[in-house]
Amino acid sequence: MPRINSPAELEEFRKDIISKRDPNKPCIAVCTGTGCLALGAGKVVTAFKEEIEKQGLDAKIVDIRETGCPGFCERGPIVVIYPDETCYLQVQPDDAEEIISQTIIEKKVIDRLLYVDPSNDVTIARESEIPFYKNQMRHLIGNNIKIDPKSIEDYIAVGGYSALVKALTEETPEQVVQLVKDSNLRGRGGAGFPAGTKWGFAAASKEKKKYVIVNADEGDPGAFMDRALLEGNPFAVLEGLIIGAYAIGANEGYLYVRQEYPLAVENVTLAIKQAEKIGLIGENILGSGFDFKITLHQGAGAFVCGEETALLASLEGKAGEPKPRPPFPAVKGLFGKPTNINNVETWSNIPLILNNGPEYISSIGTENSKGTKIFSLVGKVNNTGLVEVPMGISLRDIIFKIGGGVPGGKKFKAVQTGGPSGGCIPEEHLDIKVDFDELAKVGAIMGSGGMIVMDEDTCMIDVAKYFLKFLAGESCGKCSPCREGITHMLSIMNRISEGKGREGDIEFLEEIAISTQNASLCALGGSAPNPVLSTIRYFRDEYEAHIKDRRCPAYACKELIAYYIDPEKCKACMICKRKCSAEAIVGAKKQIHVIDQEKCTNCGTCYEVCPSGFSAVTRLSGEPVPPPIPEEERTIVGKSK
Amino acid sequence: MSKIHLQIDGRDVDAEEGMTILETARSVGIHIPTLCHHEELEPYGACRICVVEVDAGGRKGLVAACVRPIDQNMVVTTRNEQIDNIRKILVEQFLAHAPDSEVLLGLAEEYGADKDRFEKQSTFCILCGLCVRYCVEVKKKNAIGFYDRGSTREIKFIPELAAKECKDCKGCFPLCPTSYLQAAYHLTEALAFPSTTFVGRGSVHSK
Repeated sequence: MPRINSPAELEEFRKDIISKRDPNKPCIAVCTGTGCLALGAGKVVTAFKEEIEKQGLDAKIVDIRETGCPGFCERGPIVVIYPDETCYLQVQPDDAEEIISQTIIEKKVIDRLLYVDPSNDVTIARESEIPFYKNQMRHLIGNNIKIDPKSIEDYIAVGGYSALVKALTEETPEQVVQLVKDSNLRGRGGAGFPAGTKWGFAAASKEKKKYVIVNADEGDPGAFMDRALLEGNPFAVLEGLIIGAYAIGANEGYLYVRQEYPLAVENVTLAIKQAEKIGLIGENILGSGFDFKITLHQGAGAFVCGEETALLASLEGKAGEPKPRPPFPAVKGLFGKPTNINNVETWSNIPLILNNGPEYISSIGTENSKGTKIFSLVGKVNNTGLVEVPMGISLRDIIFKIGGGVPGGKKFKAVQTGGPSGGCIPEEHLDIKVDFDELAKVGAIMGSGGMIVMDEDTCMIDVAKYFLKFLAGESCGKCSPCREGITHMLSIMNRISEGKGREGDIEFLEEIAISTQNASLCALGGSAPNPVLSTIRYFRDEYEAHIKDRRCPAYACKELIAYYIDPEKCKACMICKRKCSAEAIVGAKKQIHVIDQEKCTNCGTCYEVCPSGFSAVTRLSGEPVPPPIPEEERTIVGKSK
Repeated sequence: MSKIHLQIDGRDVDAEEGMTILETARSVGIHIPTLCHHEELEPYGACRICVVEVDAGGRKGLVAACVRPIDQNMVVTTRNEQIDNIRKILVEQFLAHAPDSEVLLGLAEEYGADKDRFEKQSTFCILCGLCVRYCVEVKKKNAIGFYDRGSTREIKFIPELAAKECKDCKGCFPLCPTSYLQAAYHLTEALAFPSTTFVGRGSVHSK
């Protein structure tokens, strides 16, 4: 790769790459994001390569491209074949031979690998027509399947770094800041602070040394928006960062990424190296006189380091603990210098603003939340994965149209948005428009984009307890309302779920929650009570059932449930007895089975394995277990088979 | 340094730019309670007992007075029902660790805190960090530090450093609001100070 010294040379380079590529040549794009890799995408790629060789094809006839995550993780490994955009799901290494011989050579679509719409059993071949994709607006992750994240040439071929050229040649730094302001883009890290305004603060500083930082410390359980962007298209994040550095007047940047994202670290490191090699990072970028260097820093696994002042402390080599603001990082940030920190997704939006104008963002969404937002849609939903949608879409559309609803015919119960300190939203609010303000109104938050769907089998006390437990371990422990508040809320939640809840516990929880919310030092403590407050708000009856009736309506809290075999229904089939790992089931052939409650661990295996024709195992909660039938009455007689 | 004009509890106050709310309030004799604050140490903002309400141009919010710099025309309220409630809960939570602390019992009386409302925590330390910061900032010895985070955060003497530095210092002892510090020191001394003399199968300290 040559060093590129001017915008004209970059255009030459781009033309040269494109001219060597035939858009009609078949290309097998295999997702090798973390999700698909875990499902065996690496072996699928190897199988394709071997098969191409075996069937005597060469690079002139077919290309193979290892890409980032296109989002439909539920059905991985995902393979998309260009130029027809044929999308094959759950592809196994054994499928490679058929795909090469049929789809590549014979141009035939293999029906069995296509998506089948469960509503009408129709197969869909084109990726963009699958309901999961059709209802999205994929401005940020759309390119993931089109480029190899290890090839800067791929990114340049799809128009990469043209936004940087525009910024450097056509706009002054002030104008770039104004464009971001005009787009009304709000930060995607959680707080939703207007990005342009934030840039303006750091840009206004007269200090010579300034910093820009990518916050890639994505720590919410079940969230992987930033990981997918960094793994799939690290170039766009870097391009946004370089543009931001130019606008703010920073010559040095950091990318703070969690060490638990090895593939993201690998791809970003390579993307930085490639950009340095061709002169898009370094001295005198594209002959503009602007210098910029980036250092990648791996965090050591603390959720709180996603908070910007804690991140700065961590970058400086100190303990990752937040500091009070003001002073804000824009005034006194990294090493005491003005610093602008944005989240991965925010930076990814910047090239779009430069390339397409600020209205590309500002024309989408609701009054105060513009552009698209990526969510990780997980939990009890058919189409688990990464979805990018316009702000203002309803939760119902995300969960049912894109996510395909709740599996197993179960009833939807709640959706938890905004990561561990988000809130649980019940069915009655599913039609709200998803944006920063509407989510806050119903007691949840946008956060960075986690979205966990829960069905009727989920106990809301259990959910709130889970998130509190996470936060108890991840709070830095510096300020007392957060540390003590979370500790005490967790201990009260524990006793409620164990059936030891007391009258007045709900009010006590609310009281602690409000003090934690209002008096904590940083946003972690400020939002930590959300799981408790939102579940009390919408599921108070469940709290009361646990406290007053010692009953868990979702049959999830082990201390409050019991399993019982109905002697009228038991056919003595021995299945539950064999599967019981606690050896708690007494019984034999033609002997009605009985659960020894002393030994039973309430794991629920017997309930799951009891044939549906018998349904002899029942769950009990809030009521006593009937005494076992006397041994002499257990023999099944007169029922000849 | 320019002059800043603000209001605290309805009183007009003039102060220097860069001062905190706590410093400003104290300069005119308005009392705001503190636990983790110490004149000789950098403001820390951790115990939050100094929480006050700030109205800056119509935007109200609760802040820690010890770390929040004053702004022009800021309106500060040092006590109201919400503030008192927060202080009461904080004191109650601290008392769950250290029920006999005189400082805390004094605050409990002031804010009507019930020392038995929260489940007792057998740590005796309220993690104000005075000892840690005193050792770092004033003595520059780093013989005591924070260990772990969240619910399991605690203070710990670093035996190798403490064995060398603490014997003739103990400057942090009087700062501790709960007297846990001394116990922690003696425990570390007894259990973990590096020993230099070995006698038989056991080991003893060189005195």
